[in-house]
Amino acid sequence: MKPWQRALIPLVLFLVVAGFLFKGLFLNPKEIPSPLLGKPAPAFSLPRLDNAEIQFSPKEMLGQVWLLNAWASWCPSCVDEHPVLVAFSKANIAPVVGLDYKDTQADAQRWLDKGGNPYVVTVMDTDGRVGIDYGVYGVPETYVIDKKGMIAYKQTGPVTEEALRDTIIPLVKQLQSEVNQ
Amino acid sequence: MMIKNHLVRIILALFFLQITLTSAQEAQPLRENNAVEAQVQRLSEELRCLVCQNQTLADSHAGLAEDLKQEIREMANKGMSDQAIIDYLVARYGDFVRYRPPLNTTTYLLWLGPFVLLLSGVAGLFLMLRRRQNVQVDTTLSEEEVRRVEAILASDKDS
Repeated sequence: MKPWQRALIPLVLFLVVAGFLFKGLFLNPKEIPSPLLGKPAPAFSLPRLDNAEIQFSPKEMLGQVWLLNAWASWCPSCVDEHPVLVAFSKANIAPVVGLDYKDTQADAQRWLDKGGNPYVVTVMDTDGRVGIDYGVYGVPETYVIDKKGMIAYKQTGPVTEEALRDTIIPLVKQLQSEVNQ
Repeated sequence: MMIKNHLVRIILALFFLQITLTSAQEAQPLRENNAVEAQVQRLSEELRCLVCQNQTLADSHAGLAEDLKQEIREMANKGMSDQAIIDYLVARYGDFVRYRPPLNTTTYLLWLGPFVLLLSGVAGLFLMLRRRQNVQVDTTLSEEEVRRVEAILASDKDS
């Protein structure tokens, strides 16, 4: 190795380290990969928001592709997310089930009356137990669940128009085209 | 005077006796749960708060951290082992929930990287020392050089 080549070694090492650090600038530490992807959506049975006497269970959604959206009336980012979900529900692409996380019935109902109701059904997870089963660590979070009840995708943070257009809607369409076994 | 002194002592003694009795009664339920509480404490120091990521569950007062501690307490009350409780949380939140990452295919670089760096440093040092040894071999002088050296030494003697 010639001396000028040897002199380049520190520079190359620096560039490699700098490259990794630069990449690190664009990672989001708040986005934790969910271990539930590709696994069955955890079962639960929770009272419905509109009628606490009736229980809802994800089994009722078997055979269709659907979204489970964890939200709460006390959650600031849900304010941004809500109109996007309302528009999505009007497009009739896939049903959205609301998981009202650690909320009260009155607050949640007021929220839906005010901003519109994008959910086919909303269930009340008052103590957050079902949230823990789904690995919710901050509302809003949204899961795409396929016809067989498997979790196909998890969106951490609000569902945005870009996320719908680029990821969620194409995925939902692809899952819907799969043959129901 | 003597009688009065005795009376004060007896009253004081009764007073302190009562304090120890009541406090002993109050402490009892806590002592029953000591093993469970110790397990909850031990586990919450091993587990990460997902909301405030650089804190353990033990340090955090976030809503989710409190819920998870409660969940752990209930599992501990059922007599589940540390490993079973950690597995339960890892199944929901991933390895990220553990403060000490496990050794698996995705973490080999993390665990072994420092040792690889150390070894390559040692190897580099070894190579450098070897090369330095090679540089310092005796060189033979040509006839011309011998003559010049002698000339310099001779001129040195004159001055």
